[in-house]
Amino acid sequence: MLWLALHFHSLSLEVFSRGAAVPEPLAVVEKQGGRTWVVACNDVAEACGVRVGMAASAAQALADDLIVRRRDLSAEQESLAGLAVWAGRFTPSVSLDPPAGLLLEISTCLSLHRGLANLLKQARCGVGEMGYAATMACAPSSHGAWLLAKAGIEKAIRDPARLEKIIVALPVTLLDQPSTVLEGLEKIGAQTLGDCLHLPRGGIARRFGQALLDELDLVLGRLPEARAFFAPPASFERSLELPAPVHDAEALQFAARRLLPELEGYLTLRQAGVQELELVCRHERRNNTVIKLGFAKPTRDAGRIQLLLRETLGRTRLEAPVHTLVLRASLVLPLSASSADLFQKSREADGDLLLERLRIRLGKDAVYGIETAADHRPERAWRPARGPKRAAEANRHRPLWLLPKPLPCHDGRLKLTSGPERIESGWWDGGDVARDYYVAEDRNGAQLWVYCDRVSGEWYVHGVFA
Amino acid sequence: MTAALKSVLQHPGIWRGNQRAQTAEDALPTGFAALDELLPGGGWPRGALTEVLLARQGIGELRLLTPTLARLSEADGWLAWVAPPYVPYAAALAAVGIDLKRLVVAKPQSAADAWWTAEQALRSGACGALLAWLRAADERRMRRLQLAAETGHTWGVLFRHARAAQDRSPAALRLLLEPATEGLAVSILKRRGGPVSKPVVVALPQAGVARRTRRAAPVLSLVHS
Repeated sequence: MLWLALHFHSLSLEVFSRGAAVPEPLAVVEKQGGRTWVVACNDVAEACGVRVGMAASAAQALADDLIVRRRDLSAEQESLAGLAVWAGRFTPSVSLDPPAGLLLEISTCLSLHRGLANLLKQARCGVGEMGYAATMACAPSSHGAWLLAKAGIEKAIRDPARLEKIIVALPVTLLDQPSTVLEGLEKIGAQTLGDCLHLPRGGIARRFGQALLDELDLVLGRLPEARAFFAPPASFERSLELPAPVHDAEALQFAARRLLPELEGYLTLRQAGVQELELVCRHERRNNTVIKLGFAKPTRDAGRIQLLLRETLGRTRLEAPVHTLVLRASLVLPLSASSADLFQKSREADGDLLLERLRIRLGKDAVYGIETAADHRPERAWRPARGPKRAAEANRHRPLWLLPKPLPCHDGRLKLTSGPERIESGWWDGGDVARDYYVAEDRNGAQLWVYCDRVSGEWYVHGVFA
Repeated sequence: MTAALKSVLQHPGIWRGNQRAQTAEDALPTGFAALDELLPGGGWPRGALTEVLLARQGIGELRLLTPTLARLSEADGWLAWVAPPYVPYAAALAAVGIDLKRLVVAKPQSAADAWWTAEQALRSGACGALLAWLRAADERRMRRLQLAAETGHTWGVLFRHARAAQDRSPAALRLLLEPATEGLAVSILKRRGGPVSKPVVVALPQAGVARRTRRAAPVLSLVHS
């Protein structure tokens, strides 16, 4: 077993700040005992003199433009769940350690990610892209890895003996025990885990309960551990609260990008691709703006999604400032593993991307394929096609150009070169035609497809043999 | 001729006035031997712009291209038709062997969008060929298209009115089409590697013939009331 622990030490701040490109002074406060205290603040706020443990009013006095937010535990929980979804891109065995920890069992997926060093690099990159920060550590036991991560010791340890050597120097305050136990340990002079391990086990169990012993054993991997793994949600919908209302699409794009790694993780876990995405912009006292993104084929490539997002947002005019952004995968379809991408010709992938880009700028209906339709009436014998299939009933007697509407023919010097072909059809749906079609040549040498309406006897041009 | 001179003349960088240019650029055979003979590399230039100038539609300008389009549609890559003047007719396209799965039509609202679309299609490298009917051409826009075609290594065909024949153009190949009794007369206004003086007449497949005309007198007088 090899566990990777991620400790998101600034999660309470990041749930508010990660949507902003430029950090602004921010402090998160919590009400305790009738007063409001600063429980976390970012570097910018710290530079103004704000400190953790300060009264909220004092912090506000130090920095005028300080953004003060009440700690939002449910947002943190949601963020952690989002992170777990993202972590699904590495391994299906992801376990939550609320309020700010993730534990990943990675021994089985190392070769998939080309080694531990590479996996750690990818994880660090991904965490940064989403606007979080984490300390990471690896150890043979999940509790061990978690202790290292919490202590800020960013090491990858595979050998249990080496783990023990490092663990013994850690302070007991890192343990997940009630404060009475921690105080008791301090009273008897046990400051590090090493001190605890030297004490007789029977005595510890009597004095502090079996729970402390069990935790120590779990850290050292002496007890088998049972962890509940995270089950990914059935649908993908993630919201991101923006620190300040945003008016320009550029800043919105930055925020939306924060959510893409989670989407990618979700799609990897589900072995699926997204075909339709919705970006919902929530405004104050206004209806939401919904921006839809459609893909030619299901995809899970964050780079591609990002490209389309950029182009779409570049063409979107926001009517009001946005305070919250929601990314929703509205159509998720199974994608047959990554081997599909491996053998797929790159030109085909480029082709899908081209169509998506054209559709964004020109509109959905302005870019289409064509196919034949089973109808004798020439104007109904073709139709725009959207899916991958095309009906293609070849007919050698048809012109390459069809006029969108038959034009009355005033030219008296047409030379009929072949025909007639009689077409009588459509009496059942009111669009009945009775026509004799000819190929004709006009005096400029152009080949036309003309017909004589058998009801009115008038002549029309209906196509061009280009 | 001395041996030394011969070896110099064999150098690929040397072009002699009496031969057509040997281009490194690969060419797409047109399907008409008489035309291939005159085109550098023996066909349509891939990765460059081809300008087709004609006074009016319907003289066989598409039939000149369909053999190449049909062959390109066997490979992957789109055949993009940007801002066609009429409806590309599915049954006829299928009849000349074009795989409709490869065909995509774009109908931009404005001229600016149409130029943009053509450029994207050429640049992406996702198209085997781009056919475009664009208005408001100027040299800057044309140059952009030519560069995009080079970048995407795509054959770009631009249909323009014959009166543009006098304009300067960055296109690698410029053809002027005129109807002829036995097909289509193709004059090469510009090609890589020197001018051609005489137009070549290309025998196109006949348009829509299948049925014999039953009438003896083919001349009809259409008098519109």
